[in-house]
Amino acid sequence: MAKELSIISKSTQKFDGKERVTGKAIYGHDIELPNMLHGMILRTKYPCANIISIDTSAAKALEGVACVITADDADVNMIGYKRDHPILKSKTVNCIRDEIAAVAATTKDIARKALSLIKVEYDVKKGIFNPFDALKENAPKINLAGKGLEQFANKNIAESFHYEHGELDVQKAKSKVIISKRYTLPRVAHSCLGTSNITADYSKLNGCLTLWASTQVPFLYQRDIAHALKMEPSKIRIIQPTIGGAFGSKLDMLPFEPICALLSIKTGKPVQILYNREEEFIASPTRQTMVIDLTTGADETSRFTFREVKITMDNGAYTSWGATTPFVMMQTFSSLYQVPACSFQADAVYTNNPFAGSFRGYGNPQATFSVERNINLMAKELGIGNDEIRLLNANYKGEITGQRLHYKTCGAKPALEKVIKESHYKVKEKKKNQGRYKTGIGLASMLHVGGGAKIYRSDGCGTRLKLDHYGYLTIFTGSSEIGQGSETILAMIAAEELGIPFEKIKVINTDTDVKPWDVGVHASRTSFVSGNSLLGAIKLIKEKLNKQVSKLLCVEAGDFSYKNGLIITGDKEIKIDKVVRDMHFGLPNELCVAEYFYEPPSDFQDKQFRGNVSGNYAFASQAIEVEVDTYTGNVKVLDVYVSQDVGRVLNPLGLQGQIEGGVVMGIGYALTEEMIFENGNLINPSFHGYKLLTSTDIPNIHFYPIETFDEAGPYGSKGVGEAPLIPTAPAIANAVANAIGVEFCSLPLTPEKVLKAIKEKTII
Amino acid sequence: MNSLIEITFTINGEKMVRKVKPSLLLINLIRDELKLKGTKPGCLEGECGACTVLVDGIAINSCMYLAVNVEGKSITTIEGLGTLEKPLNKVQEKMLEHGAVQCGFCTSGIVLSIKSFSDKCKAQGKVPTRNEVKKSLEGHLCRCTGYVKIINAAEAVYK
Repeated sequence: MAKELSIISKSTQKFDGKERVTGKAIYGHDIELPNMLHGMILRTKYPCANIISIDTSAAKALEGVACVITADDADVNMIGYKRDHPILKSKTVNCIRDEIAAVAATTKDIARKALSLIKVEYDVKKGIFNPFDALKENAPKINLAGKGLEQFANKNIAESFHYEHGELDVQKAKSKVIISKRYTLPRVAHSCLGTSNITADYSKLNGCLTLWASTQVPFLYQRDIAHALKMEPSKIRIIQPTIGGAFGSKLDMLPFEPICALLSIKTGKPVQILYNREEEFIASPTRQTMVIDLTTGADETSRFTFREVKITMDNGAYTSWGATTPFVMMQTFSSLYQVPACSFQADAVYTNNPFAGSFRGYGNPQATFSVERNINLMAKELGIGNDEIRLLNANYKGEITGQRLHYKTCGAKPALEKVIKESHYKVKEKKKNQGRYKTGIGLASMLHVGGGAKIYRSDGCGTRLKLDHYGYLTIFTGSSEIGQGSETILAMIAAEELGIPFEKIKVINTDTDVKPWDVGVHASRTSFVSGNSLLGAIKLIKEKLNKQVSKLLCVEAGDFSYKNGLIITGDKEIKIDKVVRDMHFGLPNELCVAEYFYEPPSDFQDKQFRGNVSGNYAFASQAIEVEVDTYTGNVKVLDVYVSQDVGRVLNPLGLQGQIEGGVVMGIGYALTEEMIFENGNLINPSFHGYKLLTSTDIPNIHFYPIETFDEAGPYGSKGVGEAPLIPTAPAIANAVANAIGVEFCSLPLTPEKVLKAIKEKTII
Repeated sequence: MNSLIEITFTINGEKMVRKVKPSLLLINLIRDELKLKGTKPGCLEGECGACTVLVDGIAINSCMYLAVNVEGKSITTIEGLGTLEKPLNKVQEKMLEHGAVQCGFCTSGIVLSIKSFSDKCKAQGKVPTRNEVKKSLEGHLCRCTGYVKIINAAEAVYK
C-alpha cells in the first residue's frame, strides 16, 4: 500500500456508541407521539382452517377503541417476494402467524381487551407440515395464490432454482469415492434483543405517511409498503430508529407493518405496534429449515470431482426473500473448493408452517454444513487427512469457478493453513481419548460474497457530502447502521482522507427523504459499498477544495495533503474551514458539497446463474476443539480458531466483534437452538424454551485475519459480517465426530441427541 | 385490587411520590410513567436482562419486580449513572473501549449489572476471577457480540 494511513486499520471505538451506552439512543420501542394509539393484531388460533365468520362488534363498542380492521376494510395488494401473501386473511388461514384482525386503542390494555372480544369461527382443517407430504400428488393446494403448477409442475412449489456446470457423468466415472448423505437443518430464530416494532403517522393534510420502521432495506421497504397500500412510494417517508439487532430479519416487510399504516390511515392518528417476545418468536422471520440430499465424489488423488445436490426447503405458507437463499447456496456447492462438475436443484415447498426469511449467511450455514461434513466422510474413505484434502482442493487466486465467480484475490489456503497451524490440528486430531470426557477437533471452511451481491437491478450506494464553513463534515449515506459498525467505518474513512477529527463528523443515514438510494444492509456489503461510495464523493469534494486552495495560496493544483483540519501543500497550509468560507462567500459563490453513486464492478447473473456476482469474495476457515461428556451427551466448545480473508482490516476492534458475535451465533446453531413445532404450533416461543448461549458458554476465540488487499474494496477490504458463523456448525460436528466417532447429519447437537448416538452408535 | 397505592422512592437521586396500581411492573413505572426509556424491554419474562436496574444497589430485572415494592428504596437506571461533569462512568467507558456495544439493546442492563457486581466486589475488597465475571453476566442475553468483549470490559472495570 502506497499511502501511509493514520486511522484506517487502527482500533476505533464505536462512533455512535456513547448514545447506546447511556440509554440515550432512541429505538422504535421508545418513540411516543402526541395522541398516539396502540395497535395490536389478532392472529389465528389454528395453523390451517377456513374462516367461517369474524365478529368485531364487541371490540368496536369497547371504550377507548379507535379502530378495528379486518380484510374487508382494507383495499390492499398482496405482499411478499411472490406476492402470495394477503396482509389480513379473510377466507383461510395457512399458518399460526396469520393475521385476522387488528385494533388501535388508546392504551395497550384496551387494545388487548379488544382483541379478546373479537369472535372468529373456524372450520379447522388438517394441515400439511412436512414439505415432502406437500409435494405428493394428492396434497391440497396450500397457498391459493401460488403459481407452482404453471411454473414448476407442482402446485405446492413456491420457488425453484436449478444450476449446473461441468460434465457430471464423466466426473462420476472418474470418482474413486462417492458419498451420499441426507442433512436436516433446523429452524432457528434471529432472537434480536429488540423485538419487531413500527410507528406509523399518516397525515390527511398531504396524504403522506411517515413510518418509523426498523428495516434493513429502507428503499425497497418504501416500495413494498407503497405496493401494499396502493400509494405513491415518494409519499412514504421511512425513518429508521436505532435498531435493536437485525441479522437479516428486517429484510422482508411483514404484514404488521402495512397493518399499522392502515390503522393510522383509518384513524388519522399515529399508531404504534410493538411485538412482545412470544409474538416475536411466532411472527417474525426464521432461518430456513431444509433437507439437503448431497452426493459428492473425489478421485484417486483425492481431488474433488463433482457435487450433486437436491434441496427441499420448507417455504412455509407464504413466500419471503428466504425462498431465494438457494442463490447463495449454489455458490457454495459450485465454488467452495475446486469443483469440476456441479448439479444443483433447490425447491421451496409450501407447508402450513410459518415462513422463513433472510438470516445472516442466507442459506450458506446450511449449505456449508452439508459440504464440509461430506468432505470429512470422503477423507475417511480415501484415507487422507481432513486437513490435507481441504488444502489440496482449496480455492486459489485467479480462479474463475464453474459459476464464473472470479477470485481476483483469495485467502482460502492461507486461512486453512493458519487455523491448522495455530490449533495444532494434526496433533490434536490424533489424540487418544479415554474416560468420561472425550475431546475432538474439527475443521471447516466457507466462501461468501465480500463485495455485495448483485441480486437487484443495482447493488449500489449513494453518498452526499456537505462540508460547512466551520469545518464540520456531514456524510449523508444511503447505507444503514444496525449495530455492526458501518457509521464508524465511514467516519474513519472521512477522517483519514480529509483530516477532519471525529468530533467534527456527522453521519446522517436514517431518513429516506434525506439520504440517497442504497439497496440495503445485507450480504455483508455495507462497509464495502458505502465505503467505496464515500471515497468517490471525497475524491470529488477534494477536487473542489484543491482548486480553491490553489487559487487562495497561489500554487499549482496538485495532490495536497489533508491533516488536522488543514490542507497542506509544500511549506504552505490553510485551514479547511477557511477554504470553505472562501468558496461560500467569495465569487463565484459555491457550496462545498459533492455526491457520488457507487455501483460495484459485479455482474447480474444470467439465466443459468453464471456470472461474477460480487465485487470480491471472502474466504474463511475455522478449527474448533470440543469436549464431549459421554455420560450426559453435553458438548462443550473449548477453543475456536478463526482465520478469515477480510481483504484488509479496517477497524480491528469492530472486526473482532463481528467475528466473536458470528462464531457464538454459529455455536448456538450447532448445539442449542431450535424452534420446535408440533403440527404447525411453536411449542417453545420464549427464551426459557429457546436456548441462546450465555456468557458462561463462551469458548476462547482466536482470530487471525488474512489480508489480501483486494483492489475492489475500500483500502483493499472485503465484507466480513456473515462469514464468521458459516463454518462454525460443521467444524463443531466434525470435532464431535473426531471425539466420539459418530457422524452427525443434523443440527442441533443437543445432549439428548449426542447421548442417544453414543448409546446406539447410530447416525442421526 | 384496582385502588391506587402511594409509594415513596428515590430514582437516580431524586425523591418521588407516586400513586400506582398494585399490579404495575417496575419496568412500566420507569418507561411508561417516568419516561426513562433507557431501560429496555427485551422479553418481559426475566430471561434476557435487558431491563435490569439497580434497587438499593442490587441488579434486578425490572420486568419481574412490582413497582409497589420499591417503597422506601432507591432505584438507579442507566440515566442515573452519568453526571453533567462526567457523562460516562467507568463501566460505560470500558464498554466502549473494549468494543462491547453493537446494537446496544442489551447494553443498559449489562452496564448496571457490572456496576452492581463491581460495587459488591469493591466492598469485599476482592478482584473477581474471569469465571466469576462470566457468571455475574449469565443473566444477560446479547445476540450481537458473543459476550467476549463484554466480559473483557467487565474485567477491566474490576482491575
